[in-house]
Amino acid sequence: MKAKTIKVDVLARVEGEGALTVKMKGDEVQDVEFRIFEPPRFFEAFLRGRSYAEAPDITARICGICPVAYQMSAVYAIEDALGVKVEGPLRALRRLLYCGEWIESHVLHIYMLHAPDFLGKDDVIQMAKEHPKEVEQALRLKKTGNEIVALLGGREIHPVNVRVGGFYKVPSKKDLAPLAEKLKWARDAARATVSWTAKLPFPEFEQDYEFVALRHPGEYPMNEGRLVSSKGLDIAVKDYESYFFEEHVQRSNALHSVLRNRGAYFVGPLARFNLNHDKLSKVAQEAAREAKFKPGCRNPFKSIIARAVETLYACDEALRIIEAYEPPEKPAVALSLKAGTGMGCTEAPRGTLYHRYRLDDSGTIQDAKIVPPTSQNQKTIESDLREFVTKNIRLPQTELAWQCEQAIRNYDPCISCATHFLKLSIQRD
Amino acid sequence: MTEALVIGVGNAYRGDDGAGIVAARKLAAQRLPGVRVMELNGEGTSLVEAWKDVPSVLLVDAVSSGAVPGTIHRFEAQAGPLSKGLKHRSSHSFGVAEAVEVARALGRLPPRLVIYGVEGKNFSPGHNLSPDVEKAVGQVVGRLVSELRASI
Repeated sequence: MKAKTIKVDVLARVEGEGALTVKMKGDEVQDVEFRIFEPPRFFEAFLRGRSYAEAPDITARICGICPVAYQMSAVYAIEDALGVKVEGPLRALRRLLYCGEWIESHVLHIYMLHAPDFLGKDDVIQMAKEHPKEVEQALRLKKTGNEIVALLGGREIHPVNVRVGGFYKVPSKKDLAPLAEKLKWARDAARATVSWTAKLPFPEFEQDYEFVALRHPGEYPMNEGRLVSSKGLDIAVKDYESYFFEEHVQRSNALHSVLRNRGAYFVGPLARFNLNHDKLSKVAQEAAREAKFKPGCRNPFKSIIARAVETLYACDEALRIIEAYEPPEKPAVALSLKAGTGMGCTEAPRGTLYHRYRLDDSGTIQDAKIVPPTSQNQKTIESDLREFVTKNIRLPQTELAWQCEQAIRNYDPCISCATHFLKLSIQRD
Repeated sequence: MTEALVIGVGNAYRGDDGAGIVAARKLAAQRLPGVRVMELNGEGTSLVEAWKDVPSVLLVDAVSSGAVPGTIHRFEAQAGPLSKGLKHRSSHSFGVAEAVEVARALGRLPPRLVIYGVEGKNFSPGHNLSPDVEKAVGQVVGRLVSELRASI
């Protein structure tokens, strides 16, 4: 095949390392391949033979942006295997920690990685020159999230205070008080962020997605719930692998996560918002309404608004937790080891994160499975790109390449804590 | 008060991407007075926060510019924009180079920010540094110590 290859070797504002190849014949898209590096495969092997107690700290290393998500899915899965339930203030603290990570991760993505696309800027450096106020606000807002994670996680990067059964050390009411003041400012800033994102120019683009997220009867989902979809799925987390599986992709070595008999699906903030809008706090619902952002949205470019609404929710929820907090008697519940298999799903900033562990009676991990949100979205990202390239084929190549990157960034793909080049090639026959 | 801050940037689980982390640990072991040592994953906003109000910052990161593995690059951020040919291999795309330029645009660069880049070779999953990189990390630590002694 006589192929024309164009490489776009830029800092692509996608977490990690990815490659996108679009194969064309004339003006027709023949194939779209979006490759991601998957460190979880390495970590699954690395976890075998390690103690259950090491899983939260080891898996936290998979992603520098969402270590809390990995810790949370790990502790819930292992507690499921050991038949332990963590409730009350310990559960609330886990949720508070998760709020911190949502704030950090969403603010980073909204302002530093995604907004420059909508503003027609190459990157946040250009944006900082022309919109310094927004970038300064983003730094301060993100710092509020960092401070929650640093306080509860023991440190900002790779938190170490989380353990199966609870925490190593829990904060006093007094420890949490300074956070509340900062969160009040952050809540206002997040509210302003919702209206700011809603005013960005969005391309006309929609697909008939199946949105998937956790759903919990009493709260917006973070820690737990049932897995539901916009097309009627409603299953327990323990049945995840009976419904979702990894399919070998023809012509490559990649595995795509698919929903049985249905195919591609969509996880992340837009899916959570569409499926759980009624569980948002009043403030977050109001802000979404004012921004005319309604559940049922099928434009993936608008996921930036969903991220902003969730940032506002996380600030509001963090304040609620801090106000209601009474320290637990013990920092963790007692565990008794037994052989078994456990599953856990939590809502990472980027979407549903599934973990399964099989333990022997000494608590040694025999087998681990980790399905991160980005691999679950991979097939949907490819399908978006196929559709997007077909519709915009007349655009000059560099502009098309740039818009493809923007379309990928809709999913905030954590290609993960590896290296950061998105190599884009368009091969024309 | 911290007179100087040393930041090791990288991911210790990605081969030579751990160069900055290993350098930071080796330097921390020397317990130099007035010197604070941090390990960060290279996410830009955390860097901008980390060097806020610190007069003198030394940063070590792995880089991939096509030079011979183990090559040591040195930049002074105040001297001007970082070389465009130098692509950072840190974990995040809003990384060291972007953090420096965003800080410059916002007037948040520390008075002194020196960046050591260690040319890496292997960035695949694993814990070990390539031999050339390990040797270079040792040299970088020596240079950091001399710079710190001269400035404090």
